[in-house]
Amino acid sequence: MSKKIIPKKIPMPKQEPFERIKNFEEVALGFTPELARQEAARCLSCKTPFCVAGCPVAIDIPGFIKDILAEDFGRGVRRIKETNALPAVCGRVCPQEDQCEKVCVLGKKNEPVAIGRLERFLADWEAASGTIEKPALAPANGKKVAIVGSGPAGITVANDLALLGYGVTIFEALHDAGGVLTYGIPEFRLPKAIVRREVNYVQSLGVNLHLDYIVGKTRTVDSLLQEFDGIFIGAGAGLPWFMEIPGENLCGVYSANEYLTRCNLMKGFRFPAYNTPLKCASRAMVFGGGNVAMDSARTALRLGADEVHIVYRRSRTELPARIEEVENAEEEGVIFDFLTLPVRLIGDEAGWLTEIECLRMELGEPDDSGRRRPVAIKGSEFRMKADAVVCAIGNSPNPLIPMTTPGLTIGKKGNIVANEEDGRTSRERVWAGGDVVTGAATVISAMGAGRKAAKSIHEFLSR
Amino acid sequence: MYRVVERRMIVPNLHEFTVEAPMVTPSVRPGNFIILRPDETGERVPLSVADWDAAAGTVTTIFMQVGASTAKLARLRPGSFVPTYAGPLGKETEIAKFGTVLCVGGCYGIGSIYPVARALREAGNTVYTLLEARSRYLLYWQDKFRAVSERVIEVTRDGTAGYKGHVSRLPEILALEKINPDRVIVNGCTFQMMRTSQVTKPLGLKTIVNMNPIMIDGTGMCGVCRLTVAGKTKFACVDGPDFDGHEVDWEEFLKRRKTYNPEEVHPLRKSGCASHY
Repeated sequence: MSKKIIPKKIPMPKQEPFERIKNFEEVALGFTPELARQEAARCLSCKTPFCVAGCPVAIDIPGFIKDILAEDFGRGVRRIKETNALPAVCGRVCPQEDQCEKVCVLGKKNEPVAIGRLERFLADWEAASGTIEKPALAPANGKKVAIVGSGPAGITVANDLALLGYGVTIFEALHDAGGVLTYGIPEFRLPKAIVRREVNYVQSLGVNLHLDYIVGKTRTVDSLLQEFDGIFIGAGAGLPWFMEIPGENLCGVYSANEYLTRCNLMKGFRFPAYNTPLKCASRAMVFGGGNVAMDSARTALRLGADEVHIVYRRSRTELPARIEEVENAEEEGVIFDFLTLPVRLIGDEAGWLTEIECLRMELGEPDDSGRRRPVAIKGSEFRMKADAVVCAIGNSPNPLIPMTTPGLTIGKKGNIVANEEDGRTSRERVWAGGDVVTGAATVISAMGAGRKAAKSIHEFLSR
Repeated sequence: MYRVVERRMIVPNLHEFTVEAPMVTPSVRPGNFIILRPDETGERVPLSVADWDAAAGTVTTIFMQVGASTAKLARLRPGSFVPTYAGPLGKETEIAKFGTVLCVGGCYGIGSIYPVARALREAGNTVYTLLEARSRYLLYWQDKFRAVSERVIEVTRDGTAGYKGHVSRLPEILALEKINPDRVIVNGCTFQMMRTSQVTKPLGLKTIVNMNPIMIDGTGMCGVCRLTVAGKTKFACVDGPDFDGHEVDWEEFLKRRKTYNPEEVHPLRKSGCASHY
């Protein structure tokens, strides 16, 4: 039996670029049931579904696609939620092209099935239906687990352990839950109402949430161990890197964390109704080429910048950002300065940034990461006017817990050392996962680490 | 939500502010700060801790009304609530037996130097306190300081109390008072901390300052509080807020603090929220 293959993904409706750069509303609008059904019909229903193996939390992808075809959306949602507590988030921010969609058989000759868009469709369908189904909870087992950080890793552990009957308490340092989903990823890519919905869902499973609680300062891990049977640390990669070039402490130079936190967590885009200010730059330069760089550049545009550049030392093919986000940024008019390395920031007498000095680069031999190493071209210095620089070149794990937890083995980059297969650390009854272990990575890999840790915590505590 | 126990103006424009925060009191130490939000649309405001009552689970800070967020704080009444009160944050001030220590306080820092002076006294030091203000009516908490210091020295710009002038007279005052400190610790406005550091440097007096930059999260995440100390970038929220005053790049710090001066007062003008009652 053969079926006619539709070579390309069904496009998902989006806000037009000229419209969307004037607002912070979500860019991608999602599939209608009809579009979802059309896309689902592209799936080949492979006997050996590589996509499931490509997913860090092994969602039954062919299963939920069949449910969409059968228009049994409720069943599709239940199927995803068996292994993924955050489908509305993952459908939006997962790098599917490097995971499930990368290994889709259809993708060998054509475009792969738009798995992420379909996942998002089901999650949004459930939210719109107004009835959020809860899986059966195991009876309370009397054991207590503390979770540090309410980002994707922590939420996943909380979800899994609550279902197994544990008394779960999440400690969050900030005044709103969600971790990087709340302070980092902008409203136009992941509406905060969706994050709120997912956090509410986990709370509805009986999970306690303490905000404004800084583990490592308010209370140490050792103190928590006296009250809890186990601890999972999912505190994220919260310490921003700077370029370590002259002029980085000029006014107008931000870490991406600062820029995005002002906008997303503090709602600076609604200043003065919200009191945290965020300057509207006229010429903003964003350093870096990942998703955070794209988010920062597109935020600057929406705040009203005349010109926004992404300054990246390699070329377009090496950009670590999701392709979809690069395309969105290009459509919106972000200017990409590839093979460009900032070397100095120049300011005026009042200490405000006025210009950046850069070097042109060329690609040499591949380096350890397998990407071609950028090499500076001698004498190629040039300057560009700028009144804002956003450094989006990465983060290290937050130091507060490593600094205050004796006996916890810490890696070279300040990361907590934990087993990849089960998240166990050097300390008994302490697990860790997500960016605090790996350094800045993806939402879904943090969730995958959370899933493994939850399993290990359960095995250990039910012995 | 955290209940406001007390909020009263103790001298013009400075407020003593006590909040129920029982999760903060077990771990709070001199030199720490907390971060609060006055309401759901307010900024995250860092305030140095001025005192606490472990039994009652309350924390006291002194703040000056400057911009929109502190104007909101200044209108809170006892019994009302703030949505965020997180801490303690920052490293504590180093407390050891140094010998003779001079604690210098100004503005809100008169409040936050108090637990430092108390802890130093308890650690067996000879503690002298110097309080500075523009005029006598802006000084406060002298009684509390007398209880933990050998002597309380006052300096006022207009000479209405103690020495007339500014903290830059410190070398002369130390000679007149016959105080030979092993360490000077300053809590106050940036200008006072900078001036003190400048006049103690030629004397070779170790001087610790409690820095007060712009902050957002206060946990090392955003980096807006960065400053240059001994040629290296530090984050005041996790590496400080205490630093050696002789190593701080004051010029850069003053410029960075002014980043949002226009915006600080903008909501005041726009929102129609007048000043405190």
